[in-house]
Amino acid sequence: MNKTGKKVGYLVLGVALVLAPFIIQDKYFIHLLIEAGLFYMLVAGLNLITGYWGQLTLGHTAFVGLGAYTTAILNAKFNATLPMTLGASIIICLIVSILFGLLVLRLRGPYFVIVSLCFAEMLAIVATNWVDLTNGPMGIPGIETSVISLPGLGELAIESKMGFYYFMLIIVAAMSYIIYRLLHSVIGRASVALRENEILSESVGISAFTYGMIIFVTASIFAGVGGCFYAHYYTYVNPELFGFTYTITMLIMLVIGGKGTFIGPMLGCVVFTILPEMLRGAEYLRDPVLGVILIMVAMFFPHGMGGAIKSIGIKFQNREGR
Amino acid sequence: MYFSVENLSISFGGLNAVSNLTFHVDENEIVSLIGPNGAGKTTTFNAICGFLKQMTGNVSMKGESIVGLAPNAIAKRGITRTFQKTNIFPNVTVMDCILMGGHRKVKESFIDIIFRTKSFQNSEKELWEKSEALLEFLGLEARRDVLAKNLSYGERRLLEIAIGLAVEPDFILLDEPVAGMNQSESDEVMSLISEVRRRGLTVLLVEHNMDVVMNISDRIVVLDHGKKIFEGCPAQVQEDENVLEAYLGKGFIDAQG
Repeated sequence: MNKTGKKVGYLVLGVALVLAPFIIQDKYFIHLLIEAGLFYMLVAGLNLITGYWGQLTLGHTAFVGLGAYTTAILNAKFNATLPMTLGASIIICLIVSILFGLLVLRLRGPYFVIVSLCFAEMLAIVATNWVDLTNGPMGIPGIETSVISLPGLGELAIESKMGFYYFMLIIVAAMSYIIYRLLHSVIGRASVALRENEILSESVGISAFTYGMIIFVTASIFAGVGGCFYAHYYTYVNPELFGFTYTITMLIMLVIGGKGTFIGPMLGCVVFTILPEMLRGAEYLRDPVLGVILIMVAMFFPHGMGGAIKSIGIKFQNREGR
Repeated sequence: MYFSVENLSISFGGLNAVSNLTFHVDENEIVSLIGPNGAGKTTTFNAICGFLKQMTGNVSMKGESIVGLAPNAIAKRGITRTFQKTNIFPNVTVMDCILMGGHRKVKESFIDIIFRTKSFQNSEKELWEKSEALLEFLGLEARRDVLAKNLSYGERRLLEIAIGLAVEPDFILLDEPVAGMNQSESDEVMSLISEVRRRGLTVLLVEHNMDVVMNISDRIVVLDHGKKIFEGCPAQVQEDENVLEAYLGKGFIDAQG
């Protein structure tokens, strides 16, 4: 795939996504696409940390929950509208991830995994027990419809499925744009260098701490935005958001989609949101079938779907070259 | 003094890996650090580049002490190194390796990157041009898009030097650059090092291949059991009794004498 080919590909994908709600009238399918987009917001950041920087985190849900709870509390207690909750989620995740990073970004490998997992669990305990603020295990229901006031244009309510769909699309587009830019810059190169060989990276002048921090904070903010979107879309948050189930789902999407590839998380999120629904017909066979598919992909495409596409692209290019 | 090491001592528990080592390197000079295995050469490298913290003494570059700095901070002052065991970025292409090596001179802020400003574009363009030129200089341009791990052994070692040069250092420390290479490959690296010096770099070399050491060094520092036993030009080093003893044993000298 050459550069123009790629650009055309992304353009076609973009147009198709914008037009999708008009072509597919099925509300349920739109809901699935929104859900896939929501997962992309979370997995995209996870891909930065695990795929490009090379550190496995099991605590990504900490920041999803943080964003969601910030949104829920501000909305329930102070009637904050979407721009405010979104801004607050970003700022809170920025601050918390920097503080957390200062403490633990020296850790590597299994130590980092354990500490990140503990952090998520810790926040889950706080969310469960600080009943005054978080309403405990009951969670916070009834998060208000999101209204964005556009200066001069009046108010825009994101309440219908369509509204959320386009809102999701804007966030996803912005995130993929930022990731794309980061990857093709000094930051992306530095983080891949750290993944590949940290000692050599240090000796060429790449600060493991600085670039680890940039990647970690960016990914955490993405997760916070995802959390904010989650709260507004489902209008309900509870401590399960911090749970391990979400972490595992995200990791499966990432690994099967292809970690360390740009397109991988998108594929992973779409396929693993829609596939389980399509398998509903299989009833009790659904989970085994899903499991077999997972194993097959892991066996035959060890670098995930994104990796498979990449290698097909390289083969294609080589043939053209000859 | 361009670069100097003063009274450097490193001990691991009870073992004195390096004791009271003092030497200097002048600007644009090639100095070799030689000695039998276990003499403390690589340990000295690690201490200079900030990978070892348990050391005493002083290391200074252009009059400024660099003791206690992190390796990346030392690299930012223009000192970089290659490693004895080949150290590359295995799963990226040769070109990407060089681009990553060029990190030090790239100045791009977060805002520049996101909005793809003019200064970002210029900085990227400059980096790519420099990297292409470096690939050509090293004769690796045909292997540009090959994953680094798929290179042959000799090419990988060459790439490692290339990554070091991509840093655009003032002072480069090469740890056994020709180890395991055949004659023609090592000749190639030798002429490369001379060329690098001609371009204004200063080189500190650790090497076991005496052909290379004798041919390109301006001065040689010989270590044995962590102590400096000799310092002088290549012609002198071959005559020195202490050096012969360290390499070949006392019996050899007695037999000769």
